[in-house]
Amino acid sequence: MEVRDRVRAFLDEHDPSAMSRTEFLGARFDAGLAWVHFPQGLGGLGASREQQGVVEQLLAGTPGPDGRQGIGLGMAAPTILAFGTEEQKKRYLRPLWTGEEIWCQLFSEPGAGSDLAGLATRAVRDGDDWIVDGQKVWTSGAHYADWAILVTRTDPDVPKHQGLTYFICDMHAGGVEVRPLRQITGEAEFNEVFLTGVRLGDELRLGKVGEGWRVAQTTLMNERVAIGGGRTERGGGIIAPVLQTWRDHPELRTHDLHRRLLSLWVEAEATRLAGARLREQLTAGVPGPEGSAIKLAFSKLNQELSGLEVELRREDGLTYGDWTFRRSDEVAMFSRDAGYRYLRAKGNSIEGGTSEILRNIVSERVLGLPQEQRADKDVPWKDLPR
Amino acid sequence: MSLLYSDLQEELRGSVRALLADRCPPSAVLARVETDTPYDLDLWRALTTEIGVAGLLIPESLGGAGATPGEAAVVLEELGRSCAPVPYLTSSVLATTLLLRSGTPAAEKLLADLASGASTAAVAVSLATSPYDVKSSGVTVTADGLTGTVTGVAGAEPADVVLVPADGKIHAVTDFTVHTQVSLDQTRPIATIELDSARSTRIAPDTEPLTYALSRTAALLASEQVGVAEWCFDTTLAYVKERKQFARPIGSYQAIKHRLADLWLDIAKARATARNAAEDDPDEITIAVAQAWTSPVTVHAAEECVQLHGGIGMTWEHPAHLYLKRAKADSIALGTQGDHQDTLAKAANIPATPHGTGH
Repeated sequence: MEVRDRVRAFLDEHDPSAMSRTEFLGARFDAGLAWVHFPQGLGGLGASREQQGVVEQLLAGTPGPDGRQGIGLGMAAPTILAFGTEEQKKRYLRPLWTGEEIWCQLFSEPGAGSDLAGLATRAVRDGDDWIVDGQKVWTSGAHYADWAILVTRTDPDVPKHQGLTYFICDMHAGGVEVRPLRQITGEAEFNEVFLTGVRLGDELRLGKVGEGWRVAQTTLMNERVAIGGGRTERGGGIIAPVLQTWRDHPELRTHDLHRRLLSLWVEAEATRLAGARLREQLTAGVPGPEGSAIKLAFSKLNQELSGLEVELRREDGLTYGDWTFRRSDEVAMFSRDAGYRYLRAKGNSIEGGTSEILRNIVSERVLGLPQEQRADKDVPWKDLPR
Repeated sequence: MSLLYSDLQEELRGSVRALLADRCPPSAVLARVETDTPYDLDLWRALTTEIGVAGLLIPESLGGAGATPGEAAVVLEELGRSCAPVPYLTSSVLATTLLLRSGTPAAEKLLADLASGASTAAVAVSLATSPYDVKSSGVTVTADGLTGTVTGVAGAEPADVVLVPADGKIHAVTDFTVHTQVSLDQTRPIATIELDSARSTRIAPDTEPLTYALSRTAALLASEQVGVAEWCFDTTLAYVKERKQFARPIGSYQAIKHRLADLWLDIAKARATARNAAEDDPDEITIAVAQAWTSPVTVHAAEECVQLHGGIGMTWEHPAHLYLKRAKADSIALGTQGDHQDTLAKAANIPATPHGTGH
């Protein structure tokens, strides 16, 4: 049966208005219409990636996953699919998809940002379990997450990339402490997470011991596509609120701003088309380093457009919505004020790989230029200066 | 609508690239630029007879191949990559599109000759003409024929026939004199066309086909520019991997790696806009975006090529300058970045300040 027919049959049998969002998403998973390129029984049909577009189109307007599921859907799921055991896939993918279980990402540390492979959070074997100690930062959603994808150091005596192991971490386990981390926007969208003697069973390990770097690469490639790969219409995305202000306020327009806005409009459209072209290339394959480039382009655009918008608003640009320290569950780029957008966009070139690291990735993995000269390549992690 | 290349287009690209690799190496292009024959007519004959590039946009009923702009765009990419001195853009795209749009019997008669490459045409307007601001020519029409001078015309030297806008109509003329101007772009020089009581054939009763053809040619010019940018990028990338200073390839320095990563991304965006503009019936915004983005990116690619080649990039013997000159000339051809942005302001509803300078 064609994917199209399956969606129609599914809709005939399931009325979204007669069931909860969780039930509807669960039924969608069971029908293989969550992510059609996943295997049967795991929310998919073993179909091609491009068929997902057909599904999204036909199911538009029905209840879908929410923003809190972003890390689970965009990063944890593809990683579990690629490296998980059959048991792990059966256990985690369905509640991840329905939103019954929320995921976060325990990667970055105070001492390991761009140099992620230098991370220091230790996992030490204790019988059938692992004991984890360390500190993670910039963890979105840690305060409401049930599970985390976690990278740890299991062998400090080998060079840094070889001594890492990847786990699924139970965020409700003893020894997991989540503290809000206030950002330049005034609120806490991120957290720092302290792991003190956290006991994780070996069945929570994802991939082989010492294989953590390879597993993390899968997560990161998917993250960059998730950050940069959104589908927009011409004039949509981050440029939309700027255009709205421009049209609503003729009195704010100047010749200089007009030229700059036109240049950015062209850049936004060129970037949108390049993203669409990349998605066409990716439909058959898996995310490659090209996704890093699109993320690079979108973060620059977000920053320049939001900066222009604050300037355009003149006196209003001198104001700010709300500095109150509070938790925020998702990044609300479009429903908030220009000042928030300007400040929040500064994170775009830092989160998910800084723009500088992404340029290294493009130049080395896409263009084949020589790798950075490095002092840490063949040295055991424990002997590295830090 | 796909932004990727079809298998057929890749096949066409392969044929054109192979022929150009054989007959149009940079050394041959360079050797020609200071001769009296700026266009390589042997190469043009090979492209038209062996591959049939001239008739791509012409329907089969008129002797052409009935292909789409997407195929013509791939040919332009390859010609741009080689800075090939052939009248493809000027005859097989600009003049051909004008004739197709006018659709008169006289136009169709000319198209049959153009399709095979047996005859070549040029349009007697400056290459610097913006599709959004086509001014009337200085050519006058009297009982004796057409008289006047048109400057800045590209592709005039090899043309058998020129299409001349005059008196609000378009005329075909075969009796004309060409004087090549000393041109910035040495691989597509501009020339002055002189008409002295020249007899003509009426091609179109108004100049709408000219405006249309300029706009559609601007759309496809973006693909030529992508080809130029791609050569500059590939050549530079190969050079920085090989050139050593301070006992390291210069391409191992972040200052250079990061510039090339940015340039690669800019060219990837240019390719996406150019593919979008090579669809069958692009709207005004699509064309303006392709030009407004691709023109400055291509110039930047050529400038980076010269800079990152260091001393050798500044020499006459290295072909980088041919691409710099083509890139800069292309950025003026058929509307500048600013002209295309002005059109976007109207077409995409981004109005200028109501009081001139605003505050």
